[in-house]
Amino acid sequence: MKSMQTLTQRLANPTRFMELSRAILPWIAAGAALFIAYAMYLVFFVAPPDYQQGETVKIMYIHVPSAWLALMGYSIIALSSFGLLVFRHPLADVSAKAAAPIGAAFTLAALITGSLWGKPMWGTYWVWDARLTSVLILFFLYLGLIALRSSLEDEALAGKLTAVLALVGVAILPIIKFSVDWWNTLHQPSTGFTSSVDPSMRTPLLLSAIGFTLLFIALHLKGMQNEILRRRVKTLRLAEIERGDRAFSERVE
Amino acid sequence: MTGFWALLKRDLTLAVREGSALGTALGFYLVVVAMLPLGLGPDLKLLSRIAPGVLWIALLLAALLSLPRMFEADHEDGSLEVMATAPLPLELAVAAKALAHWISTGIPLALMAPVLGLMLNLDITLTPALVGTMLAGTPAISFLGSVGAALTLKARRGGLLLALLVLPLYIPTLIFGISAIGFASLGQDGLSASLLILLAISVASVAAAPLASAAALRLQMS
Amino acid sequence: MFRADRNEKFLAALRLAGRAQQDAGGPDAFFAVAKREASQLYRRLKSRTSTAVLVNFANPLCRRPIRAGSSWVDRLFLHADNLTVERGTRTVISALSFTAKAGEALLLVGPNGAGKTTLIRTLAGFITPAAGTISLNAEFTDQDVAEACHYVGHLTGIKANLTAEQNLVFWAEYLGARESTPIEDRVHDALSHFGLSQLADYPAGLLSAGQKRRLGLARLSVAHRPIWLLDEPTVSLDAASTDLLAKLIRKHLANNGLVIAATHLPLGLEDPTYLRLGPAPSTGAAPGDTLSGGGAP
Repeated sequence: MKSMQTLTQRLANPTRFMELSRAILPWIAAGAALFIAYAMYLVFFVAPPDYQQGETVKIMYIHVPSAWLALMGYSIIALSSFGLLVFRHPLADVSAKAAAPIGAAFTLAALITGSLWGKPMWGTYWVWDARLTSVLILFFLYLGLIALRSSLEDEALAGKLTAVLALVGVAILPIIKFSVDWWNTLHQPSTGFTSSVDPSMRTPLLLSAIGFTLLFIALHLKGMQNEILRRRVKTLRLAEIERGDRAFSERVE
Repeated sequence: MTGFWALLKRDLTLAVREGSALGTALGFYLVVVAMLPLGLGPDLKLLSRIAPGVLWIALLLAALLSLPRMFEADHEDGSLEVMATAPLPLELAVAAKALAHWISTGIPLALMAPVLGLMLNLDITLTPALVGTMLAGTPAISFLGSVGAALTLKARRGGLLLALLVLPLYIPTLIFGISAIGFASLGQDGLSASLLILLAISVASVAAAPLASAAALRLQMS
Repeated sequence: MFRADRNEKFLAALRLAGRAQQDAGGPDAFFAVAKREASQLYRRLKSRTSTAVLVNFANPLCRRPIRAGSSWVDRLFLHADNLTVERGTRTVISALSFTAKAGEALLLVGPNGAGKTTLIRTLAGFITPAAGTISLNAEFTDQDVAEACHYVGHLTGIKANLTAEQNLVFWAEYLGARESTPIEDRVHDALSHFGLSQLADYPAGLLSAGQKRRLGLARLSVAHRPIWLLDEPTVSLDAASTDLLAKLIRKHLANNGLVIAATHLPLGLEDPTYLRLGPAPSTGAAPGDTLSGGGAP
């Protein structure tokens, strides 16, 4: 327990975090590139076309990891928000801020690939399928988080308010999901995507999911580094301004 | 005219740096359009039929949302008063700000409409007509909106009041915008009468609205 | 009353134009005079018409350029005649007459609510006087005070999301597009005068309150205007910054500029003229020679 605490404390120190993340980031990024490259090789040259969907099924290898990362991104934001509000963890806000645009981007990717996949299946780019609608609403939540943060000048306040919104979102997400399913079954039978996946497809899908997750982590770490550096630059600038102000008064007097 | 371009450039720079205003307008547009099928049911035939109207009305609402900021910031930090003492007539300053609003809000909203059209199962062959009418009609939205924004500059709860004042002014734009898309869906190519009327409304608002807006601003600065 | 005044002016303009036609005998001369008189009339109407329904037909490209330190500034003076200003139902300034001359600073003094800000805003053209006239001297009657002045109010006119330099470049382009000195030079000089050169590339939103205020004042030197209307310019300035402002004002006066400022500080000016506003002046409060100013009842 004690060693755990010291570990968190050491990680909580932004300088330690910068050192550590600098050390591991290249490995994670390289791992992401390797996994994605191998998965894509399997997808395009090894894995068979689906007996129903033909070659279009290859979109799945991007779509499913994106949808998974959309959820994982929101979980990271929710956990970070919790860490910020309850433990006042200095890196939690940085983590929540960095995860939001990445999560939103993967959500958008899931929506776009889903709609591209849907075109040959449904004959139109978009149907108000329960899953697509839920992911769309998740995208709205992401947009809300980003918009709220960018609308406030005071960064500390913005971080806390965004954290509250993220936790409210977590509480209400299951209800939204449930209500959308309800709404959808009212109108049309659920479109069946739940059929089991053949092992020849499962391996590349799994590899692709691992690769994209590593990519997410790499982007997240880089985003956190950038945010920490941005805050340092801002602090330095403010100090510079203050020093300039003092020097100015002294010089003229 | 250097002043006109300087102001246009400044407002566009600020729009890019403050990004959130455009992001909020686009997000609002997306959310409003997405709410509709949830209320009406996911019937693609029905959605396809009402898509042009929905896209136009949501666009008006999204544009309306971004109007209050048109003069507010310059009023709060005193820039507006300095502008009133500049060689450039206030009418042209207002025109520059409304033009900046059109470029930074009207055009992006119009360009986003086809994406949302996909979600409403809008006939893809109608996309050029949709974007065309919106690009032709949105100048009127920005310039007529500038009148409302100027009138409600000092009003309490200005945003709600602004909607009440400005939405009726948008009725002609809405009617002829929809009607131009209707003509396009009937397979008529080229410029329909509706599109020409829509353009005429925009041109007239560009010419006339800055006079009213500047008058309203002057009254509030005294 | 104004209508009569206006009509009279218009008739005078017509008469003058007619005479010009007789004298010079050519249509060119007639048009030259008619245009001048018409634009003069238009300006008078504009300054009176608070609703500003009048369209500014005058081509902004053809306005008279404002030249720094040129001969016409030598003779510049601003004359307020019998000025009465009402705010709501209250008469803030009644029957005030004064003349401010180029090369002189006119400092407005008086208790709070005496109408210092109101007078400055009236001169800048924001408020339409209930009676009386504000005019520049004979040769420049066709020039609005608003267009010949720098107005510095309580707000800085600074955008937080632009850098200090971008803020000034905008004002230089917007207020002084036609000046011969390159914009970069004007902005550079203004920044260095107020000790802001180091911070030129910093977003103005990060600056301290005093630095923002200085940046706002730097606007005075990025575009030349013969008349400066300053409303409490020393608020939130420390002694050092006040000195810099005073230096700038003295330079402007030496260049035959005209300064009207509402201030409690003497601004380090050698021989300012004081204009006391407000209720009956207490005895011998203001130093220097005090102009008589009609106070509010």
